[in-house]
Amino acid sequence: MRIKLALVLCLFLFSTLFGGVAVAQDSSEVTILYWQAVSILNPYLSGGTKDFDAAALIVEPLASIDPDGVIVPTLAESIPTLENGGVSEDLMSITWKLKDGVMWSDGSPLTVDDAIFTWQYCTHPEGGCSTAHYYNDIEDIEDLGDNSLKIHFSVPKPYPYNAFVSSSAPILQAAQFADCMGAQMSACTEQNFAPIGTGPFMVDEFRPNDVVTYNANPNYREEGKPHFERVVFKGGGDAESAARAVLETGEADYAWNLQISPAVLSGMEAAGQGTVVVAFSSSVERIMLNQTDVNPDNPNRSVYMDGDNPHPFLTIPEVADAMYMAIDRDIIAGQLYGAGGAPACNLVNGPPVNVSETFLGCQQDIAGANAILDEAGIIDTDGDGIREANGHPLVVQYQTSTNAVRQNTQALIKQWWGEIGIETELRNIDAAVFFGGDTASPDTYQKFYSDVQMFTSGTSGPDAETFMVRWICGAAPTPDNGWLGRNVPRHCDPEYDALYDELTRTGGIEARAELVKAMNDIIINNGVIIPLVFRGSVSAHSNTVGGVNMNGWDSEMWNVEDWYRM
Amino acid sequence: MGKYIVRRLLTAIPTILVISFIIFAVVDLSPSDPTGNLPLTIPPEVRQKIREALGADDPFFVKYVKWLQQFFIAEPLNFIETTLGVTFPGSEDRVRVISWATRGPVIDIIAERLPQTLWVVGSSYFLGVLIAVPVGVYSAYRQYSIFDQVGTFAMMVGFSVPTFFTGLMFIIVFSVNLKWFPSVYDTTLVVTDMETLQLQLRQMFMPVTVLTLYTTAQMSRYTRASTLDNLQQDYIRTARSKGLTERTVVTRHAVRNSLIPVVTLIALQIPGIFAGALITEQIFRVNGIGQYLIIAIQGGDLPTVQTVTFIFAVLVVIFNIVADVLYGILDPRVTYS
Repeated sequence: MRIKLALVLCLFLFSTLFGGVAVAQDSSEVTILYWQAVSILNPYLSGGTKDFDAAALIVEPLASIDPDGVIVPTLAESIPTLENGGVSEDLMSITWKLKDGVMWSDGSPLTVDDAIFTWQYCTHPEGGCSTAHYYNDIEDIEDLGDNSLKIHFSVPKPYPYNAFVSSSAPILQAAQFADCMGAQMSACTEQNFAPIGTGPFMVDEFRPNDVVTYNANPNYREEGKPHFERVVFKGGGDAESAARAVLETGEADYAWNLQISPAVLSGMEAAGQGTVVVAFSSSVERIMLNQTDVNPDNPNRSVYMDGDNPHPFLTIPEVADAMYMAIDRDIIAGQLYGAGGAPACNLVNGPPVNVSETFLGCQQDIAGANAILDEAGIIDTDGDGIREANGHPLVVQYQTSTNAVRQNTQALIKQWWGEIGIETELRNIDAAVFFGGDTASPDTYQKFYSDVQMFTSGTSGPDAETFMVRWICGAAPTPDNGWLGRNVPRHCDPEYDALYDELTRTGGIEARAELVKAMNDIIINNGVIIPLVFRGSVSAHSNTVGGVNMNGWDSEMWNVEDWYRM
Repeated sequence: MGKYIVRRLLTAIPTILVISFIIFAVVDLSPSDPTGNLPLTIPPEVRQKIREALGADDPFFVKYVKWLQQFFIAEPLNFIETTLGVTFPGSEDRVRVISWATRGPVIDIIAERLPQTLWVVGSSYFLGVLIAVPVGVYSAYRQYSIFDQVGTFAMMVGFSVPTFFTGLMFIIVFSVNLKWFPSVYDTTLVVTDMETLQLQLRQMFMPVTVLTLYTTAQMSRYTRASTLDNLQQDYIRTARSKGLTERTVVTRHAVRNSLIPVVTLIALQIPGIFAGALITEQIFRVNGIGQYLIIAIQGGDLPTVQTVTFIFAVLVVIFNIVADVLYGILDPRVTYS
């Protein structure tokens, strides 16, 4: 009896199964695949990029950042600047005006009070808001009437575009979150799972750590948008299978953050179902040259000591120049990073306005590098194939974190440096130790007990001030500050410091960009940092979806209202 | 028997408490950080604030006692309230086990996910047993026959190839090349008519098959071994010499006795159905309990990891008792007095 039942069940199963898979090519619905599942839809309680991105479909900021790092209006009518008077001359305030007639998805109007509430909500001392730093130094926000608000800062803000800018700092509805201040922030599950927004979509159903389904917002301000009626935002799995679902099986329309081997990814793209897209912001993989002596016998190993403890040869400009020139960045970026990497000759590689042209397009030049060293009298005197400078053989220890791509980069560079008479010893350290910041460990990147080291960093937004501060005098890690300084290569140049000081007092994007470019050139000229690869984020979308404009500065979902089915 | 069950249940209580403590200690000592997945641009001060708001930096014992209180007092009270529709005093201030990632009650998410796990993992167990028992019995009855050789080979392959490999193979063959089955499980699908039922069966096919392969392999080996033991017993010879048909000898005498250890094994594996199949659920994006646990571990979500693993532990303890009791019922030679 049981066997018969099983047979019937099996027959039924097979009869229903075959007939081809229905793929996600509905013209009214788009499927987005994130291999990290969304946990919460309130961006201020976000636990990662995935949560910010899922919320970006619902709630909106005053202004967004476009793929070139330019601030563009979203809920604001225009971008306030020094020129149009929106930013005060003393840099102490900024005035935003909301677009007229913007509605929340529940039909109520967006007001200045919502923005003021959002600021209070996120900066409440008991709250634990994920992006509280976006609202730093705000003394007060004033309602000027006529849908305008004026943010008063407690210190001059040469770059005032943090509060209410980008998907990390959108405006919440005051009416909905009024009872969710401070310690109550986490308790408001209902609100946190379905915030009301002004954005193109609103939550239909949310299953935490699994899937979000959205419907189009009927009150969205732009006529005819969004183009899709429904969005399915599915989470979980891994990057490789997410790529496969978009590029090979066509089950999903968009897959996020595909950090997989370039060969595998391009193989999948060759199937012709989808396109790999890359967005660059400012992350740069680079080599730092230690400016201090790292000899293990030196009691002040890797301590700056006002320049009295210099590295025996890495402080010689010709050595650093030759090391810079010997590297073929096209090979590293093309072979090891694939779509997610581009050759980098500068420290600051984005946004475009901040990029210096002095070194752009740098190429490998082994002969030139050898000539520079020969001319400087740094030659191989004892015939062992290694040059000597002031009696010191040019032998460097090169450390980085353990990671296949980084070890391959090390191997390539060791070979090129060998061709110019510099011997390289390679070392890799577990990422948890290298980046762990344990002051007792000799292997942290801050201690830098090595001649050169390599890792990635970048600016935290389009403005470079918080990035450029890392190379001013006095910011070097030392035993006295618990090795916590940010100036890891131990660089010091009064000219650079003067420019930085000016940067902290200068408003206006263009004027600031000129300073950043000049500072970038000093760092490269001083031979403190050898940039290698400009790193981007990689996603993929189906060839049947148009309008995707991949963004490295803001959420990848920043223009989801423009997406459409082709 | 009754006395025995009571005694076992009472001794289970300290066991469960010790387990909860050990799990908590292990999870808490692991170097995971609930703010670890936030973008690198978020400064340490802000991360510190978030951890404070979550209570992640509280001392170990404070966190443990809080969890005990939430899990053993607040959750049961809440369950009684919602099922019976009554309200106890202080219900407003009662704090349930709250996830650090979703900031919602962990138990609600487990309840939401349990059906998917039961469907996918449960049906693979059901199918596995259905296939394994006849295969195992026949293999034993015709030991060293072609059927037995082929079956043994297939089962060894099924047993030794890990599910993450078979899962991937299935996706490449059936989703990428043949385009028969979806590789992404649509968790929003609601079965309302024949068409949606077909979709549901189709998306269940690959995860269920992968798991069935593994379960069948394991079960059929046990069935075969146990049947082989019994077929060599004296009572089988007696049955044959009585002139009973081979069919009766095998089904009435041999199989009945051979299945006693198999039933115990099935009972012991039932907690596994609830626990889900971590890797298979992750590969096919089935929103089951196993996937929930993986996501919670990756996100450093201590209350969730603690609660989910603890529920598994409780199930294991309970079904161990069930298996022992079943053994006593099925096998009259075993007595608990």
